[in-house]
Parts: sequence; structure tokens; C-alpha cells
Amino acid sequence: MSLLATASPTSTWYLLLAAVLFGIGAVGVLVRRNPLVMFMCIELMLNAVNLSFVALAKRLGDIGGQTTVFFVMVVAAAEVVVGLGIIVSIMRKRPGATADDITALKG
Amino acid sequence: MLDVIWLVPALPLAGFLLILLFGRRLGEPKSGILAASMVGGAFLVTVGAFFDLLSKSTEERHHVETVFSWMPIGSLKVDLAFLADPLSITMALFVTGIGTLIHLYAIGYMHGDPKFSKFFLYLNLFVFSMLMLVLGENLLVTFLGWEGVGTCSYFLISFWHTRESAATAGKKAFVTNRVGDWGVMMGMFLAFGAAGTLSYEGINHAAESGAISGVTATAIALMLFVGACGKSAQLPLYVWLPDAMEGPTPVSALIHAATMVTAGVFLMTRVNPVLAVAYDWAPTIIAIVGVATALFAATIAVAQNDIKKVLAYSTVSQLGFMFLAVGSGAYIAAIFHMVTHAFFKALLFLGSGSVIHGMHHEQDMRKMGALRVLMPITAFTFIIGWLAIAGVPPFAGFWSKDEILLYAFAKSPILYAVGMLTALLTAYYMTRQVIMVFFGEARWNDHSEEHGAHGDFKPHESPAIMLLPLVVLAGLSVVGGALQLPFTKDLHFLEKWLEPVVEFGEADIHESWAYQNKYVLLGVAVIVALAGIAASIAVYAKKKLPAVEPALLANGWQYDSSIARFMGGPGRRAFEGVAWADRTIVDGAVNGVGQVVGATGQIARRAQTGAVRAYAAAIGLAVVGLLVWFFLRGVVL
Amino acid sequence: MELVVFVLAAAMVLVGALGVILRSNPVHAALSLVLTLFGIAVMFVAQEAHFLAAVQVIVYAGAIVVLFLFVIMLLGVDRSEDIRIEPFKVQRPLAAIVGLGVIGLVAASIVASRDAIGGGSGSLDTPTSTGNGDSNIRQIAESVFGDYVVAFEVTSILLVVAVVGTVMLTRRVKSGKDKS
Repeated sequence: MSLLATASPTSTWYLLLAAVLFGIGAVGVLVRRNPLVMFMCIELMLNAVNLSFVALAKRLGDIGGQTTVFFVMVVAAAEVVVGLGIIVSIMRKRPGATADDITALKG
Repeated sequence: MLDVIWLVPALPLAGFLLILLFGRRLGEPKSGILAASMVGGAFLVTVGAFFDLLSKSTEERHHVETVFSWMPIGSLKVDLAFLADPLSITMALFVTGIGTLIHLYAIGYMHGDPKFSKFFLYLNLFVFSMLMLVLGENLLVTFLGWEGVGTCSYFLISFWHTRESAATAGKKAFVTNRVGDWGVMMGMFLAFGAAGTLSYEGINHAAESGAISGVTATAIALMLFVGACGKSAQLPLYVWLPDAMEGPTPVSALIHAATMVTAGVFLMTRVNPVLAVAYDWAPTIIAIVGVATALFAATIAVAQNDIKKVLAYSTVSQLGFMFLAVGSGAYIAAIFHMVTHAFFKALLFLGSGSVIHGMHHEQDMRKMGALRVLMPITAFTFIIGWLAIAGVPPFAGFWSKDEILLYAFAKSPILYAVGMLTALLTAYYMTRQVIMVFFGEARWNDHSEEHGAHGDFKPHESPAIMLLPLVVLAGLSVVGGALQLPFTKDLHFLEKWLEPVVEFGEADIHESWAYQNKYVLLGVAVIVALAGIAASIAVYAKKKLPAVEPALLANGWQYDSSIARFMGGPGRRAFEGVAWADRTIVDGAVNGVGQVVGATGQIARRAQTGAVRAYAAAIGLAVVGLLVWFFLRGVVL
Repeated sequence: MELVVFVLAAAMVLVGALGVILRSNPVHAALSLVLTLFGIAVMFVAQEAHFLAAVQVIVYAGAIVVLFLFVIMLLGVDRSEDIRIEPFKVQRPLAAIVGLGVIGLVAASIVASRDAIGGGSGSLDTPTSTGNGDSNIRQIAESVFGDYVVAFEVTSILLVVAVVGTVMLTRRVKSGKDKS
């Protein structure tokens, strides 16, 4: 226990955590049918990426990583706005629809 | 005059275009006179060019006049150019000269025909094509003329196309010629491949300097000979010429006696260095085909009853003689015989046309007889033509035929023997024709009703415009032999004139037995000719011996019917097999590809489920795949 | 000390993430997402990215998740989906492959290359190194308004476009008039 208490997390640990979070998000997108929950899983993936950027910024000593995260957040916000707008428009037409019910592209 | 040598083909072309535009308005006889004067003008220009060439020294007699650069494509440079040298001027002279005479004759012969202007339209186009052929500086201009004369031959043979036999004959001529044309094309391709150029100067120079290998030269020569067989009606492609008699007689005279059919001999003479460089068996094959055709056709002519068919087979036979000369290396003799043959064969055809005209278009000799009283000038000129072709001295045909047989003997006595036999038969059947038409009893009285004649049917002499050419040609048949008399070197005018063109390929027979004993052979030829005439008189005039005219010979050795049977039977099955293969295999492959694409599309379609999660899963799997690849590349390897 | 913070934050992140993907009620999923976002914000602080931690909480947890909840309320999609059924039989195994593949390969790459990514050229300003409390903000400001000012302007345009676009998308048209 004392050994563990003195070991400090290196950037590699954060990167590994980010990888796991990304994987969980990916599985969520594939498995969930509710469009809003699928969107939330995408947010998980974006956060995983943000985490890895910040970790690498710390390791390399480059502020560019954090700037990137800043911009990612901005764009993610915009994306959520538009995405939810689309979901709202679709759900109005067909209440209670899930991702499986929208098959207009079937060829 | 040599600078304006392009006028020679241009004038008939102008005639063609003028009649095309204004023919209907000009009508009879103005369109005929226009056509004749155009060809006459070409003749005058040719005479001027002839004297121009004569004034130059022997080595300089080679003038090229380029009109424009026709096909500059990479290494192939073909110009529309004319070559004025002794050979081409000789050909042009008798083409335009005899052409003019025949145009005049046709004005009289086609009188009253509703398609009068169209006839002269085609005739002028023909003369233009023929002049392109002989004056061409390279194989391609010659080929242009070659195809042109074939086309005009088709137009003119089927001129009275409402008659089924005429239309069929035209098609037959065209198709058979086409088979020959394939040979010319192959020859052209090979020549270009070997010499890098299509001009005669280039090809002959390459042959003389040894740049063309024996194999290639043999191939070129034989391919061009295939073309010559088609155009000049040799075995096995002669079948169109007898049927071509369906055309009006001026056509038969001009095209199928004097000019077009000589194109093959001309072509072989033009490329004589190539033939000289080829393997020895190539000229031998040409000689054998020539003499075999000569004999074959002569046997058939013995049993024909149509006045023009006899002359048609006779033409095939005489052309065989010319190829015998080419094969024996006697190019000068071949050209000599070509010129004399043009004179007397045109004369004979025009004379027969006069007879047909006077007999109100009756062509069966069995219904003629004793016409020398009613058509004296026609008879007189026809008899001169007969003596010329039979080989009786001092008429033109004797000298030229004898020259050929001399060279044939030097090559092989067997060729000589077959040639002599043919000469005997020639004398025999021509005498038969003269007797049946002009002598004996008048048999036309019995059939007067068939001609819708009004009361008394009497054959009449032809108008002056038709008789004039007969007289001119008769004169030429008498004196034509003076071109090349065998007695002393000084009298060899034609040889001296043509020498620069053929010196590489001309055979040298001064050492041979034949040359040393040429007067003996001369005597033999005279005796054979007289024997043939005597035999024929005995059979047909004096009726002492029975006439030998078996049905086999009358049917042309069943050659035509065998071809028809073969093509109709096994040939047709083969063609249908090829068509089936094309439909099933080729089209099936193409359509099959389309069907495979469609089927694949149907299978691939199943991936388009429209469900977003399925697409997301696919994306995810692809990402994993990419990661695997990058991982393996970056970390493992 | 840092280890404890890391472990706690990591636990928050992972529990939240699993909650997002496993809870059938979307409102519960949204709240799990908030937990994850807070965990991430803590990790940002641990990595000396103070400004980003603040922005994360304000923007992500404060605005985006609230937006999610608004939409859930608006559309009434709080009825749970039945997570036990899966119409595409093959989807779950595929998802497992994808998830394990991604995690495994990326982790392996990270571990394998941990020495290859060296210490960089510059250094991050931290309060301890400069003695100034807002040095991180200062450095980010210098970066955003200095090197990346064009990108900054473009993203502001992007935000305007997104807002206008979404308003157009979600307009409720008066019934009778056919407007898309």
C-alpha cells in the first residue's frame, strides 16, 4: 500500500483511461437505440479525446493541446445543438421512434 | 507538259463532276460529246508528256509531280503524287487513246437509251480512276484507282440493272474483285513494313539494294498477285469476267478488254524488282497460273455461242499470256502484248457491238451468218482483228505473242508447249466466230418474228460515229507490231523505251537456246496459227469434220456451279456457324458481363439496410481493422 | 496524494460511462453523463489545465447536459427502451469486438510507445512554476488569440450558424401552410 501511495500517475495512465472511456462510448453508440442516449455516448467519446489531448499537452509541455481541447468543446457544443435540433424535428413527426425505425436509406 | 501531268486524271474528273451536275440538262448527245472531249483532252496532254519524256535522257525519265501531302502520319508519308515514267505514260497513252475512241463509239451505241448521260458519267469516272491507277507515284494512289475502277466496273456492268442477270453480274464482279483487293492490301502492309514507304521508288530501291528479304519479297509479290488475279481475271478469280458481258458493249470493250483488266499486269510490272528478289518459285507460280488460265479459258471459248462470251473468255486467255510473260521475266513482252491486245480486243468488242447493234440486240451467233455483205466495214475491221489475235504475221498480235513464247521457252519448254496449244485453240475459236457471224448461210431470217421486226428484218451497218473507232483500231492492229520487231536490236523501240523501269527484273535470255533459234520458233508460231485457222475452216465452213463442243466446255468446266454448290452447302453452314458463334459467344460474353454486374449489384444491395446502427457497426469494424493494421506496422514490425 | 485523486476521478468517470450505456431510462443516463463529465473535470485540474476544467463544467455539464434534459422533457422520450431485446442479433457481438478491439489496440499502442513520445520543446505555465495564479489562462489566451486567432473567429461563425440553423430546423410551422 505504501508503494502504491507513493506512485504518481503518469500521463500514460490518463491515456489508458481515455482509451477505455472511448471504447465504452463506442460500444454505447452501437448498442443503444434511443437517439438521445446514442448522442450522449458520442459525448463520452469526445471527452475521452479531450482527456488524451490534455495528458499529452502536459507530457510534451505544449499549450497547443489545451487550445485544441478548447476548440473541441466549442465545436461539440455546436454539434449538440444542431444534432438535438434534428432529433427534435424527427421525433415530432414520429413520436417514440428509435434509431432502428428510420430506414429511409434502405436500398 | 510534264508539270501539268495532273491534268490527265483531272480532266475526266471534271467531266464526271460536270455531267453529275448538268447531265440531265445536257442530255443526248451533248453529255457524250463532253465526256469524249474530256478524255480526248487527257489524251493530248499525255501525248505532250510523252514527247517531254522523250526529250530527256534515259536516266532522267522519271518525273514526280506532287499535288499535295496526303497522309503525313509519323513515319508514313504518303503524297497524292503522279509519276510520269515510260511505263505509266505508255499505259496512260493507250488508256486515254482507246478511251476516247470508245467514248465516240458509245455516243452512237447508246443512242436512244434513257440513261444516256449516266453512262458517260460512269465512263468518265472510270477513266479518272484508271488514270490514278497508272499514274500513281505510290501504292496508295494506285490502290485508290484500283478500288475506283472496281466500283465503276460494278456500276457499268449492272447499268441495265432492271435486268436481274445484269444486277447479279455486277455484284459478282464486285465481290470477286474484293477478294483480290484483300491481297493488294496485304501486299501494301508488307511492303510498308519492309521498306518503310509506300512509294514505288522507295520500294523498288529497297528491293534492288537488298533491304527486303527473300521471304518478305515473295510474300509481297504473291499477295499483289492475288490482287492481280482478281482484277485481271485469272484462275481462280476469273468468274466475274464472262458474266460482266451483261454490261453494254462499250463497257466490255473499254473495261474488260483494254484497260481495267490490265491493271494487274501493270501492278506486277511496277514492282518487278520485288518479284526479282523473291524466291524463284514465285515467278514460276505466276507463269503457271497464267498459262493454265490461258489454256482453261481457251477451251471454254471453243464452245460458246454468245458473241461477247467468246471474246470474254478470249480476254481471260490473253491475260493469261501476259502473266506467263511476267512470270518468265519478260516484262517488256507483257507490256507489248498488253498494248497490242488493247488494240485488237477493243476492236473485236466494238465490232461485235456493231454486229449486235445491227442485229437489233441479238447476241447469239447461231442466229447470225453471212453478215459481211450487209455490214462490210464492220466485217472488214473484225477480220483484221481476228487475224491479229490469231497470231498471223504481219499483224500486231503475232509479234507480241511470239515474244512472250520466246521467253516462256527460255524458262521452261513445258510452258512453251502449253502456250502453243493455247495459241492453236485461239486461232481455232476466233476463226469459228468469224465464220459463224460473217460467213455461211444467213440464219437470221428464221427468227425475224422474235425481234418484233416490222415486216422484213434486215441487219444494217452501224452509223459513222461507231465505224470510225473501228477503222482507227484496225489500223493500229496492223502496224502495232512495229513497236518491237525481233529482227535487229535497232527495231526494239519498246524495249529501249521501257528499259529503265524493268531493267532490274527483266530476264536475260541471250544465252538461251530459244534466243539463238528464235527464227525457228517464229516459223513454228506461224504454222500453228495457220493450222488452227485451217482446222476451224474445215469444221465450220466446209463441214468436213464434226464440231466438238461438249456441254462441259460450254458450261465452263462447271466451275461456276461448283462454287455455287460449295458456297450454298458447306459454305453456308460454315457462315451460319460463325454467325452463331458471334451471337452466342461474343454477344453472350458482352451481355454476360452486364448480367454479372447486375447480379453482383443485387447481392451487394443487401448491405444497404437503412439501419443506422448497422452502418455504425460497419464503421466500427473498419476502425478496428485500421487500428490493427497501424498497430502491426508501427509496433510489431 | 495524486494517486488517490486519480483513482477517485477514474472511478467517477468509469462508473458514469457505464451508467450512460447501461441505464435504460434516458434521464438516468444523462445524470450518469454528468458524473463522467465531473470526473473528467477533476482530471483536467490534476493535469494543470485549470481553465479547461472550468470550461468543462460550465459548458459541458452545465449547458450541454441541461440541453439534453430539456429535449428529453420536451419530447417525452423518458419512457425507457427495453434494453434486454436486440433486434439485430449480430449487433452485440460486433459491438463487443469493436469495443475490445479499440481498447486493446489503443492501449497496446500507448504502452508500446510510451518512451517514444519524448518531452516536448516548451513547457506549460503552472501556478507553481510562475508563481502567478492565472498563468494557465494567460498561456491559453496567448495561444488562442495569437496562433489560432483565425480558428477562433471561424468557430464563432460556426456557433452563429449552428444556432440559426437549429432555430430554422425546429420551427413549428402553422398548420395549413406547407413549409419545410
